[in-house]
Amino acid sequence: MPGFWTPMTLAPFRRLALTLLIALACLSSPPGARADAVDDALALFTTDKFNDTATGIQALATSGHDNALTILRAMTDGRLFYDPAGKTVFYRDAQSALFDAKTGAAAAAEPAGLKAVRLNNRLRTALEAARGGLALMDPDPDRRRTAAEAVFRSRDANALPTLTTAIGEEKDTRVRTEMERARAAILLTSSGVAEEERLAAVDTISGRATAESAALLRSLPADTPQGVQEAAEAAVTIIEGKLAFLAAFQNVLYGVSLGSVLLLAAVGLAITFGQMGVINMAHGEMVMIGAYTTFMVQDIIRNAAPYLFDYSLFIAVPAAFIVAGAVGIAIERSVIRFLYGRPLETLLATWGISLILQQAVRSIFGPTNREVGTPSWMSGSLDFMGLSLTYNRIAIIVFALMVFVALLLVLKKTALGLQVRAVTQNRRMAAAMGIRTDWIDAMTFGLGSGVAGMAGVALSQIDNVSPNLGQGYIIDSFMVVVFGGVGNLWGTLVGALTLGVANKFLEPYAGAVLGKILLLVAIILFIQKRPRGLFALKGRAVEA
Amino acid sequence: MLNIFGSIAKGATAFAAASLVAGGLSAASAQDTIKVGVLHSLSGTMAISETTLKDTVLFLIDEQNKKGGVLGKKLEAVVVDPASNWPLFAEKARELIAQEKVAVVFGCWTSVSRKSVLPVFKELNSILFYPVQYEGEESERNVFYTGAAPNQQAIPAVDYLMSEDGGSVKRWVLAGTDYVYPQTTNKILQAYLKSKGVADEDIMINYTPFGHSDWQTIVSDIKKFGSAGKKTAVVSTINGDANVPFYKELSNQGVKATDIPVVAFSVGEEELAGIDTKDLVGHLAAWNYFQSVDDPANAEFIKSWQAFTKNDKRVTNDPMEATVIGFNMWVKAVEKAGTVDVDKVIDTLPGTEVANLTGGTSKMLPNHHLTKPVLIGEIKADGQFDVVWETEDLVPGDAWTDFLPGSKELEADWVDLKCGNYNTETKKCGAAS
Repeated sequence: MPGFWTPMTLAPFRRLALTLLIALACLSSPPGARADAVDDALALFTTDKFNDTATGIQALATSGHDNALTILRAMTDGRLFYDPAGKTVFYRDAQSALFDAKTGAAAAAEPAGLKAVRLNNRLRTALEAARGGLALMDPDPDRRRTAAEAVFRSRDANALPTLTTAIGEEKDTRVRTEMERARAAILLTSSGVAEEERLAAVDTISGRATAESAALLRSLPADTPQGVQEAAEAAVTIIEGKLAFLAAFQNVLYGVSLGSVLLLAAVGLAITFGQMGVINMAHGEMVMIGAYTTFMVQDIIRNAAPYLFDYSLFIAVPAAFIVAGAVGIAIERSVIRFLYGRPLETLLATWGISLILQQAVRSIFGPTNREVGTPSWMSGSLDFMGLSLTYNRIAIIVFALMVFVALLLVLKKTALGLQVRAVTQNRRMAAAMGIRTDWIDAMTFGLGSGVAGMAGVALSQIDNVSPNLGQGYIIDSFMVVVFGGVGNLWGTLVGALTLGVANKFLEPYAGAVLGKILLLVAIILFIQKRPRGLFALKGRAVEA
Repeated sequence: MLNIFGSIAKGATAFAAASLVAGGLSAASAQDTIKVGVLHSLSGTMAISETTLKDTVLFLIDEQNKKGGVLGKKLEAVVVDPASNWPLFAEKARELIAQEKVAVVFGCWTSVSRKSVLPVFKELNSILFYPVQYEGEESERNVFYTGAAPNQQAIPAVDYLMSEDGGSVKRWVLAGTDYVYPQTTNKILQAYLKSKGVADEDIMINYTPFGHSDWQTIVSDIKKFGSAGKKTAVVSTINGDANVPFYKELSNQGVKATDIPVVAFSVGEEELAGIDTKDLVGHLAAWNYFQSVDDPANAEFIKSWQAFTKNDKRVTNDPMEATVIGFNMWVKAVEKAGTVDVDKVIDTLPGTEVANLTGGTSKMLPNHHLTKPVLIGEIKADGQFDVVWETEDLVPGDAWTDFLPGSKELEADWVDLKCGNYNTETKKCGAAS
């Protein structure tokens, strides 16, 4: 093994690398075998200077001490402490029990005035690299993989020998691929490597078309041979071609995701405005009430039953529907029912209601944002061939479609839906058939408001939960409903998705501000041509 | 029409509230109070930030009155609500100065609100203390700027990122909300970065509308821009509500501070209160004050503030400290002048020194800006900041930046030159524009 790396590593690194290798080879040796190095390293953590800590991390990583990895992990998580008086270092485990860093033994008594070892971004990067080098032999394959990824990013030449050993012993193919990529990255960025090996490394790296691969191949050191440079350039061109294709695909995905948010915000309005013809300016506030209901539900769960937190959104959805629906019914019964057929007055009255609701929420919950937590299953992102779509966006797309289908079913398949459609199409005839039209009005408005409340649950995951939440969506919602065609749910679906995708395709070229303006102009022109939107309702209902 | 409707409704409420306060107090001691105006939005978009500053002024007045007031008189707050409505700011300022006859006004947050009240303060000759970091390029006789000028926030932050500790950043994304403060700050930063040898293709500028909530494309653009092989950082002048979805998207797309750090100029403790910060650890903010600063004066301030608000989780932030400094300076100047007369106080204020909350002493300069320390903090998992870097000395605020043509030759000096925009080349006042 040494024969492999000695010729190409720089002399100063040789000793460090050797130490590391020896240390890893005899992991069973008792702690304290290299006590002086560890003592020096730990002492550097107690000075509260970033430069000293950086040196300390390096020294600890190469000390081969049994506890090195544990200490570095504790430091990353902010669980490493020092006693400024006694100059000793301790770490806490997950249960916050205190251990002496050097011996790993439980601390007898907690010294007063313990201070956490502070980190900055430079130290975090150094820590990641150091841990990567040490964790390559970890029994857990996931940890080995993370370690390999860390080495890929740090390109720390010290890790090369360990890496080579690890590749030889690795059984898991996915982990081995990561390790080989990490090794290729080191080979490409260090000097004195043979040309064939570099060419092989270029091959390994270009095997995955990601921006990181392109970045690595673009930043080769100056002494790279001509042939390797050319191979790298060719590989970069291919990768960029693939990335451009992915980018277009990504835009569609982002567009669908934005469209689903618009759909959620607008679908309630498609009922109150689309079906009933009420210009409901307080629609955004129903969304806001839904978001605050989510906050309340989470607050109660946090205090009463923390283990339910991951299910909090499932509880919040019906709760938000009921709360927003009840507020909607109250508004309909107290104000809107007196104003049917008078759109201007309705507009002013609902605008006033929206101001009242905003200020009421501001007085009750305060003007600042409220934190709505994200359940663990909604955090993170799905990386697929270099595309990344976050789980919360995926959840929102699914949720929007579910709400849409549910609403469609309610309107088409239930007695309430039948009556709602009857009343919207011909009120007097419906009344003559024995339908309680004013009760149906209240229920319809409640349904639309409740759906808006459910939208609030989803939006609380991606936006501020503040009294102004609703205002940001009211204009977009009207745009979607008018564009899609008033009174047609399918139009709302198509309208929302079209606007979302169009917005995302305009944004990279025109910028977010101009993109929005262009879209608005396009809709205005479209409405000139087709005043009833994409899917115009035909028949007498329109005239009524 | 809608606007008028809204204003009348809000105006009526605010008037009722104000007259209640005034009525209650003036019955007790009509002659013996000095009125202090508070001009911060308590409703509308900006209420999220400004309500805290209103509470801060009330808290300071309460504390001062416990010490016996000023010049033997009690202070009395007159609170109005300009409702995040810029023309209403001017109306309310006029109401405070002309009707309520306040001695001084603490107020405004956005630059547009400050610009809107400026003519009123000049016409009626009163004093405004403006407590928020801003884009500079202004110095008025009636305004005292206790927040940071660009050279007290933006420039040091960029310097830090260029240093080895900050990660030796070579590529820059300047992302901001589309209005005057980010536009001007980014213009200054662009000129500064170019003077430091950063090439055009290494600077990406991006503007988004107020309240922008769909950051997917922009964050993935930033990731792409950052993968060119050079260390990349984002300088964010994104304001207000847009920050929460921006940071959520960053953490969801896995942009870690160790890969692409984001340094923000408008994100403080208050803004972070609405976010789960465990994925944001290491992202940065540049301010002149952090709640986590380890100083006895700060600890005392936090304790009494939390006692005043009866909320032991209530955070403090930089604009609050700026309000504290401004208030204490005004008190000191009034006591020194022996009167609340506007002209005398304006003349007394430059040169006034008061302790700030980070262990130093801030001084009011002749250009009506302050000397302040500049601190860089990293976000911690508990929503607080860890100060990782600070300037050795206090930095004097520069009203006119040295990095833009048309501004670098200007100077503000209200003591000797009696001018806010003296052109050092033509030796004339107001020759700038």
